[in-house]
Amino acid sequence: MTQQQIEKDKFKIVGGNHEATDKLAAKSVSFWKEVFLRFSQNKLAIFGLILLIVIALMAIFAPMLSQYKYSDQLGVYNSPPSADFWFGTDDLGRDIFVRIWYGARISLFIGITAAIIDLIIGVLWGSISGLAGGRVDNIMMRIADVLTAVPYLLVVIVLLVVLQPGLFPMIVALSITGWINMARIVRGEVLSIKNQEYVLAARTLGANTGHLILKHLIPNALGAILVTMTLTIPSAIFTESFLSYLGLGVPAPQASWGTMASEGNKALASAPWRLFFPAIFISLTIFAFNAVGDGLRDALDPKLRK
Amino acid sequence: MINYILKRLMYILIALFVIVTVTFFLMRLAPGSPFASERNFPPQIEEKLNETYGLNNPWYIQYKDYLIDTASFNFGESMKYKARSTNDMISESFPVSLTLGIEAMLLAIGFGVLAGVIAALYHNKFPDYLATTIAVLGISVPSFILAGLMQYFFAYKLGLFPVSGWKGFNYSILPALAIAFSHAGFIAKLTRSSMLEQNHSEYVKMARAKGLGKWTIVFRHTLRNALLPVITYLGPLTAGVVTGSFIIENIFAIPGLGKHFVQSITNRDYTVIMGTTVFYSIILLFAILIVDILYTFIDPRIKLKGAKK
Repeated sequence: MTQQQIEKDKFKIVGGNHEATDKLAAKSVSFWKEVFLRFSQNKLAIFGLILLIVIALMAIFAPMLSQYKYSDQLGVYNSPPSADFWFGTDDLGRDIFVRIWYGARISLFIGITAAIIDLIIGVLWGSISGLAGGRVDNIMMRIADVLTAVPYLLVVIVLLVVLQPGLFPMIVALSITGWINMARIVRGEVLSIKNQEYVLAARTLGANTGHLILKHLIPNALGAILVTMTLTIPSAIFTESFLSYLGLGVPAPQASWGTMASEGNKALASAPWRLFFPAIFISLTIFAFNAVGDGLRDALDPKLRK
Repeated sequence: MINYILKRLMYILIALFVIVTVTFFLMRLAPGSPFASERNFPPQIEEKLNETYGLNNPWYIQYKDYLIDTASFNFGESMKYKARSTNDMISESFPVSLTLGIEAMLLAIGFGVLAGVIAALYHNKFPDYLATTIAVLGISVPSFILAGLMQYFFAYKLGLFPVSGWKGFNYSILPALAIAFSHAGFIAKLTRSSMLEQNHSEYVKMARAKGLGKWTIVFRHTLRNALLPVITYLGPLTAGVVTGSFIIENIFAIPGLGKHFVQSITNRDYTVIMGTTVFYSIILLFAILIVDILYTFIDPRIKLKGAKK
């Protein structure tokens, strides 16, 4: 086949259109802004977040504004919910509404503190182990392996028997094995980030280890850390209420949701509301944290990007 | 394979040693004594009791005796209930806990897988939403709270089941459900997402193209592959069922090992606490090992670390 002759004058130079090539299909959004956008599209997660804010605000303000104190014995025993006592009273005549929000302080405090302690120990342990590599990594991870093999709740129970129930021992008991999960996740993240090209580039440019940790490792592992932390809080709250139920919780007259549920369970036949209210709030809080944690995980997952 | 198992057994031994040692020293530090509730003890009697239980010996002798006893599975007599050995307590009450535990596991797996399959089949339709909501509910409501609520509604109010006790199958339904519910929720979630993942794979499209029915595809093809992540959950499930029984057995007054364990905690009955802790640890550690070995048989793609072909 012969080639068709094309006249030169059919073509002309139009020049580069930089405006068109530089224009991106979508507006450039920073990573965290995009995470926020994706998170806010998740109805369940937003619902969980609002729920958490409401519970936190009530925990802060309700005990302050109420006319009763959590330990006041008001002389009205086992009264069902009424206009005076919104959630009823217990067998010692204490207002359950105030006690619920007072208990929320304790439960949330224990959950969040335990998560923060897990965070600190876990991030340190995991990043040192992952960065150091070699023998140090091996020894540190074997220690973690043995600790994971030890049944978590048994240790916590035995520890609480010894330490005597209270707020501080509870937090110690919860964090003593709780950090391992965080350490593993951080180590995994560190190992994968460490071998990325940009880290190599930074190293070649003379960045020291401190700079690497602060500027590269932590920001990139932050997502995974954040998700793990949000999901640690509900499990800590759950464990706390479980232990309180066994009688290993904060001592009376203080009350966490677990102790209230445990007492309520004993009075179930005559005063069921004493179980219902703590039951509702434990479940709502655990649900809300889980919803927010799942939402965060989905929002941070680049594979789910639309 | 054998290498792997030996390595794991070594971990189990180390972990057990740690547990035994830690419980021993913690119990020694614990305030309160098992004899404290008997008031006005003449000092001579207390002295005699301490001597019988070897509490006067220096700690290293006690520790050595304890290690030897534990290694030979002799956990000693209860300090609280005279003439009852911890071993007797375990052998009396463990079968009860085992029955309850197996029932709970079957319920959790059965309901969980069923709900997950239904949710995946009717993806984004009403049954999916219903199953997912129930699963979320199961995960959010702690077992002991569910137990209380079920006791109130199904036993007190409706009288469908006995309130508490352990005299037959009827008595085991509510407690087993209470333990199983949250795990069923997790399993449903796992099954649903892995079923949905499988639905995109070539072999499912192929099966559909052949004109196979919905349920035939599920049972012949998808479910087998979708169940792998569920099997990974068996380890945590065993642990959860065991620890769940601590409280559930107390709520429903079931004479199982969990109830004894909790009672020994309130009684500060050291020998029983240590004996049951070690016993529970052995069960949990081996359960997880067995599950890990099972994976390799079920999924040939998984190769155990340290295994040689």
